[in-house]
Amino acid sequence: MRFVRGAVLLVPLLFTAAVFAWPLGTLAVHAFGSGDAVSLTRAWEATGAWRLLGVTAAQAAGSAAAALVVAAPIVWLISTVRLPGTGLLRIVVTLPFVLPTVVVGVAFRALFDGPLGFLGASQGWTVIIAAHTFLNVAVVVRVVSAAWQRVDPRQVAAARTLGASRTRAFLGIVAPRLLPAAAAAFALIFLFCSTSYGVIVILGGGQARTLETEIYQQGIGYARLPEAVALSVLQIVMVLVALAVARLLGSARVPQAGVMTRARRPRGLAWIAVGAVLVWTAVWLVLPIVTLVVRSLRPGGHWGLAGYRMLTDDTYGTSATSSLWYSVTSALLATVIAVVVGLLGAAALTRGGGIVTRAGAALSLLPLGVSAVTLGFGYVLALSRLPYEVAASPLVVPCVQALIAIPVVIGVMVPAFEQVSPRLRDAAATLGAGPLRVFVTVDLRLTARSLSAAAAFAFVMAIGEFGATTFLARANTTTLPVLIGSLMGRPGADNYAAAMAASVLLVAVSAVVVATAELTAAARGEKKTDAHAD
Amino acid sequence: MKRSAQTFRGVLALGLATVLGAGALACTSSDPADEVNLMTHDSFELPQRLVEKFQDDTGLKLNIMRSGDAGQLSSVVSLTPGSPKGDAVYGIDNTFAARPIEAGALEPYTSPLAANGAADFAIENHVDQLTAVDRGDVCINVDDDWFDDKGVAAPTSMDDLTKPEYRDLTVLMDPATSSPGMSFLLATVGRYGNKARDYWRDLSGNGAQIVDGWEIAYNQVFSAGEGHGAKPIVVSYASSPAATPGTHAILDSCFAQIEYVGVLKGARNVDGAKKVVDFLLSPEVQAALPTAMYVYPVQKNVPLPADWRQRAPAPSWTVKMSPDYINAHREEWLTQWRETVGR
Repeated sequence: MRFVRGAVLLVPLLFTAAVFAWPLGTLAVHAFGSGDAVSLTRAWEATGAWRLLGVTAAQAAGSAAAALVVAAPIVWLISTVRLPGTGLLRIVVTLPFVLPTVVVGVAFRALFDGPLGFLGASQGWTVIIAAHTFLNVAVVVRVVSAAWQRVDPRQVAAARTLGASRTRAFLGIVAPRLLPAAAAAFALIFLFCSTSYGVIVILGGGQARTLETEIYQQGIGYARLPEAVALSVLQIVMVLVALAVARLLGSARVPQAGVMTRARRPRGLAWIAVGAVLVWTAVWLVLPIVTLVVRSLRPGGHWGLAGYRMLTDDTYGTSATSSLWYSVTSALLATVIAVVVGLLGAAALTRGGGIVTRAGAALSLLPLGVSAVTLGFGYVLALSRLPYEVAASPLVVPCVQALIAIPVVIGVMVPAFEQVSPRLRDAAATLGAGPLRVFVTVDLRLTARSLSAAAAFAFVMAIGEFGATTFLARANTTTLPVLIGSLMGRPGADNYAAAMAASVLLVAVSAVVVATAELTAAARGEKKTDAHAD
Repeated sequence: MKRSAQTFRGVLALGLATVLGAGALACTSSDPADEVNLMTHDSFELPQRLVEKFQDDTGLKLNIMRSGDAGQLSSVVSLTPGSPKGDAVYGIDNTFAARPIEAGALEPYTSPLAANGAADFAIENHVDQLTAVDRGDVCINVDDDWFDDKGVAAPTSMDDLTKPEYRDLTVLMDPATSSPGMSFLLATVGRYGNKARDYWRDLSGNGAQIVDGWEIAYNQVFSAGEGHGAKPIVVSYASSPAATPGTHAILDSCFAQIEYVGVLKGARNVDGAKKVVDFLLSPEVQAALPTAMYVYPVQKNVPLPADWRQRAPAPSWTVKMSPDYINAHREEWLTQWRETVGR
């Protein structure tokens, strides 16, 4: 039995080895095995790597901190206030994630050149961090609010009865229980932003330079593979350190609970706070998307559907509808793979399984922090060594999309599983449930909200993925983000409107998938809450 | 409780079935002689009827594999010479062409159609490696309406951009992150030679704004673009005025960005790849290039669309530079450019 469990938990390790370590290893051997290779230290020196490392870490940490601050009021609203439409809010926050960075970049340029022009910051780190925040608020909102809803309200009530003030009860009871989730969210955002490329290049005006932009410049601009790989090595070390720190901060043991906080209707003054938070959310999350919709409907300054018409007629050899179909099926497959492998990884991390398995599960977070260019080159090399039939398999793209989504599934599920009381698991086991059944009926049921968030993130990441998968182009399959990028590169009002229309389509489809995940979670998880409520 | 365990098992089984099903699909891939795979950059477009015509004429299924921008495409092709992902590659331009040639990733082929124009753009010393298909000329674009409104004469040459009357009116792209930005840098090198650095210094001293890429420069900062920005002078293409009435391109100092097609060494279907090269030089495809990809045909006697003839004629003289020369100096010019404009 123990052997079987160990074997199952090895799945994330093997998957990561096949889809991550092998291509990177192949690339490293290729880059440093050739005659004109340079040593690691020389490459770091030549590219000014240490300064880039500092800038990268600083902007990633800054972006993650900003996202925590911006998200805090929204987390409070979703977790504690009962309002019609908070479910909708959970869906809306997830959507920015799906937008191709070129669209986000242009939208923020438009915003900071236009309505926010008085700030005088149309490019530079301020705008970059604002865009990163916009993209990543969802991570904080979904991960931390799920944790908040698992805090036992009876403990807060007890503290209040014993004389603790509202603030003290929050700081003493709620905050420590949110810490692991907040640390996990911080780590995920740090990873996302450390490999951010499009946003940094577009909003930095080409002047902002990080490890990632330099890897692109060395690898593609100058065709210097050893330098690109050397910088990636530094990237990996930085990510490992960040993960270790997040793990230390986040693993403070807190008492678990199997009950869920019940949201309350706002009363009196609370309405003002609620209103303020709603405005805050609208400014950060809704406004940019509304801008997108408006622009898709106003080609050349006149209202019209030309943009949408262009997507459905034969203006482009592969019409948007077929791109959409390919993107959605591929992303759904990637989501299934990511959720299955990610759940196994998260289970391994939270429930022992030996040092090797745990280390493996932790390492499966790494791919999120490694340059898409490096990974892409690795795939090109590794696949060229496989028989054509394997290399051309339609499974390759979903596997790579899954590789990048798995860290998110693990990052979301680990703090969730840690809050599940082991006593409940023991009880189920004592009553005769097998390990799989315990996992499904105890762990998954209590973490339904987090699971739906994980699946939603996996999907939006897979469908919006614009990095490593572009190196894996397969015949006659254009993803929607690629189509959008190519439309953005054409002159004329109609092409621009078509790019915006395709982005709206991408957002709309993602909204449907995220809403489905949300409703499924609500059906499974909230039954429990209601049972407790009365 | 029991039901959710079953659901979970159901989901697992479904996932497994999908994975295996997809795997089985992959194993039944067709005979390499029946299809031909063309690797392209992401902006490749051709009318569907032409693709169908190729398939009817040759009996080959034409598969398009979009593989990133031109830089990424040439890197990928050069990385695995002899074991390519496709049979032919289209979209490597003269700024990147030296890489796949140097890597030995291409199979020699000279199309019988090339003599009618394409051969004029062939790469010196490597004429049979790549075949020119089209050219996109990177030129300064001017918003005529803006200058009419202000009652100022629009600039007429590259030299004018450094004059005080055009202070703060120009938007350029970083050559490190933008391919038209790189082409403009090459145009200045071609025109001013050793004095190019002085030109950049004067240009940046005259308040030229620099952004990362064409999307921002043209769509956001350019006054005639969708963002109705503040700058009436932008680096773009000779063809852009065809899509943006009220603008024109200054044709005195353009850089011709030539896009090539080549047969990949080790291709599974070399004959099919050669047919693709011929196809791209055929009169129908050449005539469709302007509206499909905003580029000019290289073959002779191919009529341009009417609005192109009026608003977006091809420049008669352009800066020309060999890919080897560009490749040898790219990094040096980029570094100099960075130092000169202070970035």
